[in-house]
Amino acid sequence: MVNEVLDPVSAGPDLAAVRGSTTRVKETTGYRVFTVLNTVALTLVGLLTLYPFLNLVAKAFSSQGYIAAGEVNIFPRGFNVTTFQGVVSDPMFWINYKNTVVYTVVATAIAMVLTTSFAYALSKPQLKGRGLLVGMALVTMLYAGGLIPNYLLVNALGFKNTIWAIVLPNAINVFNLLVMKSFFDNFPQELEEAASIDGLTTYGVFFRVVLPLSKAVIATMILFYAVQFWNSWFQAYLYFDQRDLYPVTVYLRNLLAAATSTESLGSDAVQIASNVQSVAMLLTVLPIVCLYPFIQKYFVSGVMLGSVKG
Amino acid sequence: MSLRTAAPPVPLGQPDVATPARPQPGREGWARALRKDWRLYSLAVLPLLFFLIFKYVPMAGAVIAFRRFQPGGSIFGEEWVGLYYVERFIQDPKFWDTFANTAIIGALTLVVVFPLPVVLALMLNEVRVRWFKKAVQTVSYLPHFMSVVIVAGFVFELTSLDGTVNKIVEALGGDPVSFMQRAEWFRTIYVSSEVWQTVGWGTILYLAALTTIDEQLYEASRIDGANRWKQTWHITLPGIRPTMMVLLILNIGQFMAVGFEKVFLLYNPLTYPTADVLSTYVYRVGLTSGQLSYATAIGLFEALIGLVLVFAANAISRRITGSSLW
Repeated sequence: MVNEVLDPVSAGPDLAAVRGSTTRVKETTGYRVFTVLNTVALTLVGLLTLYPFLNLVAKAFSSQGYIAAGEVNIFPRGFNVTTFQGVVSDPMFWINYKNTVVYTVVATAIAMVLTTSFAYALSKPQLKGRGLLVGMALVTMLYAGGLIPNYLLVNALGFKNTIWAIVLPNAINVFNLLVMKSFFDNFPQELEEAASIDGLTTYGVFFRVVLPLSKAVIATMILFYAVQFWNSWFQAYLYFDQRDLYPVTVYLRNLLAAATSTESLGSDAVQIASNVQSVAMLLTVLPIVCLYPFIQKYFVSGVMLGSVKG
Repeated sequence: MSLRTAAPPVPLGQPDVATPARPQPGREGWARALRKDWRLYSLAVLPLLFFLIFKYVPMAGAVIAFRRFQPGGSIFGEEWVGLYYVERFIQDPKFWDTFANTAIIGALTLVVVFPLPVVLALMLNEVRVRWFKKAVQTVSYLPHFMSVVIVAGFVFELTSLDGTVNKIVEALGGDPVSFMQRAEWFRTIYVSSEVWQTVGWGTILYLAALTTIDEQLYEASRIDGANRWKQTWHITLPGIRPTMMVLLILNIGQFMAVGFEKVFLLYNPLTYPTADVLSTYVYRVGLTSGQLSYATAIGLFEALIGLVLVFAANAISRRITGSSLW
């Protein structure tokens, strides 16, 4: 441990890594044992996290016999694509899949317009009543009307079996609103002032100066909303009673429900359901899993932005 | 944390704290503000309408907990019935069963799920091989992005009679268990799925807090002869304590808001004895049996408990640790 005193420590962006490098000169045996155990434990955490996904892929491509025998773990057994073809040829699956895409695009677009414009207005100190408006948004994070009043409202507005039932009640996520507001709060004032001296109105400043310079935060917010709407199912389950309106998450939910109710009856039905279920699940998570490595960092930065300064 | 800078609501007609430059109070100030900043206000109109209609009308709509509601009638009910529905749920043994289930699942989730991200973040913090750290982080965040329907699907797949969990049970010499049909397993399964989905993502804020700890503290402690474990205990943990407290408050506030969607997807009549929580009971009473006022009364009660819990946790945290949400 004495050696470490001599090590120069430079403040870097990744202090943890720096701290690691300073001790590299000489370590106690105990710490080396810890490092090995730590690596093993973290590898296990990673594998356990991935296991359901690997199992899903394996089951989607396995034959039913092997699944029934419980012999499918992370590699497909009795490789085949017949179930795949079965699900792919179910027109309802694709109708519901298309619905999910449409709902996600429309809902995200509306949510972005409302969130961005409100966040910008709230970021302006000269806006009289700003505190009241921010407080009004924050209250909804702590307290909400509840399931039944919401249900009655949506019905009273005539939104049943329309896209508005799932788009409008969730059009602003207050957390996202705060993230955008804090971004606009820190937007360089001089740029906006210069633009308004050049004769731009508030609209001009907002659309032609602020928005083009906020692409990163806008992209992050689009991702937040898109994932939220892609994954949502309960609103649709609650307000839609026509199968061809369901998003794919409700299609899946109904598969799961069917599988659970047959589990007690006999195992054959379960096998078929389990196989089909895997394929449908795989196709539903595919867009997110494929995009995930590229968008992950935006999510992380979004969370930080929202928490460091709200 | 995200709530800290919330300005307190300014009463109408008084000067906004944020604009000390404009002294005129009252109506005149508002007229001026509207005339001058009407473009800015126009940006806020639609969002304001959204909050009023989709957030505040339902809050007012909760009044049907105290009014008789008629299908097809006003969403605010027809006539006052006082505390009739409140008395009814207080005398309803099923209400108390679901109340207990909610508290137990909430407590288990809090106790198990809250500390794990801290542990995982500390473990990740000790990793020096950067690609390995990145890889573990990337993988552990992934479940956060999965729909609750997908998570439920995974649970069904893994716990089915021919699923992986039962294969392990058999390999260890046990008999397969139909986990999802057995009430005694529900809580374990629920909490496990929460761990799988939330722990990785939960490390983000801790990892961020860890990078802000002053490196000189570690140096000084090494000079004083502290080993890694002591450094972790005396420097790292106190360094992330404010983050822990804020997240703890948030978690306690959501204590009773046990994930409705997940329970709803995972439970079935066989597991009701342990799985049925207040929110699912509200759903069945209200939307399956059509007792809308009664269900609203229970929902209102649940929301109020949540509110009390947040305020209490915030007050206690401010008293003890000095860090709080507001």
